[in-house]
Amino acid sequence: MAESPFKEEIERVEKEYSEKMTPGAIVYIPGSSVINKTGSWRVFMPEFNRDKCVRCYLCYIYCPEPAIYLDEENYPVFDYDYCKGCGICANECPTKAIEMVREVK
Amino acid sequence: MPMRKVMKGNEAAAWAAKLAKPKVVAAFPITPSTLVPEKISEFVANGEMDAEFVKVESEHSAISACVGASAAGVRVFTATASQGLALMHEVLFIAAGMRLPIVMAIGNRSLSAPINIWNDWQDTISERDTGWLQFYAENNQEALDLILAAFKVAEDERVLLPAMTGFDAFILTHTVEPVEIPDQELVDEFLGEYEPKHAYIDPKRPITQGALGFPAHYAESRYKVWEAMENAKEVIKEVFAEFEKKFGRKYQMIEEYKTDDAEIILVTMGSLAGTVKEFVDKKREEGIKIGAAKITVYRPFPIEEIRALAKKTKVLALLEKDISFGIGGAVYADVGRALINEKEKPIVLDFILGLGGRDVTFENLDEVIEISKKALKGEKVEEVSWIGLRKEIL
Repeated sequence: MAESPFKEEIERVEKEYSEKMTPGAIVYIPGSSVINKTGSWRVFMPEFNRDKCVRCYLCYIYCPEPAIYLDEENYPVFDYDYCKGCGICANECPTKAIEMVREVK
Repeated sequence: MPMRKVMKGNEAAAWAAKLAKPKVVAAFPITPSTLVPEKISEFVANGEMDAEFVKVESEHSAISACVGASAAGVRVFTATASQGLALMHEVLFIAAGMRLPIVMAIGNRSLSAPINIWNDWQDTISERDTGWLQFYAENNQEALDLILAAFKVAEDERVLLPAMTGFDAFILTHTVEPVEIPDQELVDEFLGEYEPKHAYIDPKRPITQGALGFPAHYAESRYKVWEAMENAKEVIKEVFAEFEKKFGRKYQMIEEYKTDDAEIILVTMGSLAGTVKEFVDKKREEGIKIGAAKITVYRPFPIEEIRALAKKTKVLALLEKDISFGIGGAVYADVGRALINEKEKPIVLDFILGLGGRDVTFENLDEVIEISKKALKGEKVEEVSWIGLRKEIL
C-alpha cells in the first residue's frame, strides 16, 4: 500500500491520543479516527482489478471518505482501515475495474 | 448604591441578563416571556448592552444558536416558556451533554392541549431530565437574583451545565414589584468573565465538539453530567453564600418557614410559596401547627434537605402545579426518592393544584390541611389529590 499522506499527523495523534473522558466529550486531538478505525462498519468491500483500470482517477475523486490513494504509477490503492464499503467507486468506475464483494470476517 | 425600580418579572430577568453581560442572546417571542428578549433588544439597540442579539425563526433555532455561541466560548442568555421550551427539548440535552453553561429565563406556563397561556410548572418540570439546573423564583427580586446565581453556578468548572430559572407566568412575569438592581461593579466581581477551558473556538487549538459517542464512550459522558449535577449541590451552596455576602439576600436549596414544631409542612415552589407562607401565618393564629418549605433549587434535587425537613414533621404535603400522568406530581416522585430508604419518615401526600392559571386560594389550602389531618388520624386518603377540581363539570 502507498504511504498515507497523513503519516506525520497519524504519528502525532498516536502519541497524544487519550481515551480519557473530557467535559462535553470534546475531542481535543483532531484526527482521532487514526485510533478509531471506522472501516469496521463495512459490509461490502471494493475488490480492484488492476488489468481493467485505465487510471481515470474517478474512484479517487468520488470517494467521500477519502479512502483511496494513488500509488507511484497512479493506480488506486484502497485504505480498508477507513473504507466503509459505500460502493460509489464501483458505481463510478467506467471499466468495471472495481467490484463490491461481501466481506466475510 | 443599588437602584430600586418597580418592574415586571420579565423586566427583572432582562435586567439580570444586562448585568451578567452575555455576549450573545438568541431568542424567539412567546407568551408570557416575550418581554424578556424585547427589553434586551432595547438595551442592545440603546448601546446599554454589548451583545449580539440573534433573531431566529423558532425556539429550536434560538437554543441552537445559543449552543453554537456557547460552544464558541462566550456567555449566552435566552428566554422562553411553555411550547417554546418544549420545541427546544432535543437541543436541551445537547447543551447539557456538551457542557455549555447557557442560562435561560422561563415564564412558567402550562402546555397544550387545550391551549392555555397561564401559569403552571409543566414546561420546566417536563425538562427535568435534560441535565439543566433548575431554579424557581418566588418573586421578581428572586427572578433577577436566581438568574445571576444561575450564571455563577453553571459556569463553575465543577459544574459546567446549562441552567434555567423559572418564574410564574403573569403572577410574576407581568406583575410589577419593587426590585433592587445590584451595582454593576458588584455583579462584575461576582460573575467575572466567562473564560471556558473546555469549549471555545481557537484556530490554534482545533477541537471537535459534539462528536459521535459509541457505546464504548456514551455512558461515561452521561456519567460526567451526573457527576457535575452532584457537584452542583455544593457549588450552589457556595454561590448562595457568596451572593448573600455581596448582595445581602439569602438563598437556600430549600427555604423553611415556621417548620420547627409543625405537624404538617406544605412544600411548594415558585410564587405559590408566598401564598402558602401567608396561609401558615393565618393558621398559626388559629393555633394550628403548620409550616412551609419552598424548593428553590429543583435540579439538582435537594435530597439531603428534604430528609432533614422530613425529620421535623408528621406530614409532608406537596403542592404541585404539574402532573406526570400515570404516577402523580413530579416532585412527589422526587421526594419519594429522597425518603424511600429512610428508617423513619412522615406521611407524604401529593396535591395537584393551580394548573393552567387557576388561582390557589386559602379554601384550596384548607382542603389540603383537612386531607392531611385525616391521614394523620390514620384514615385512608388518596396519595395524589387534585385540589379545587370543578367536579360538577366533570
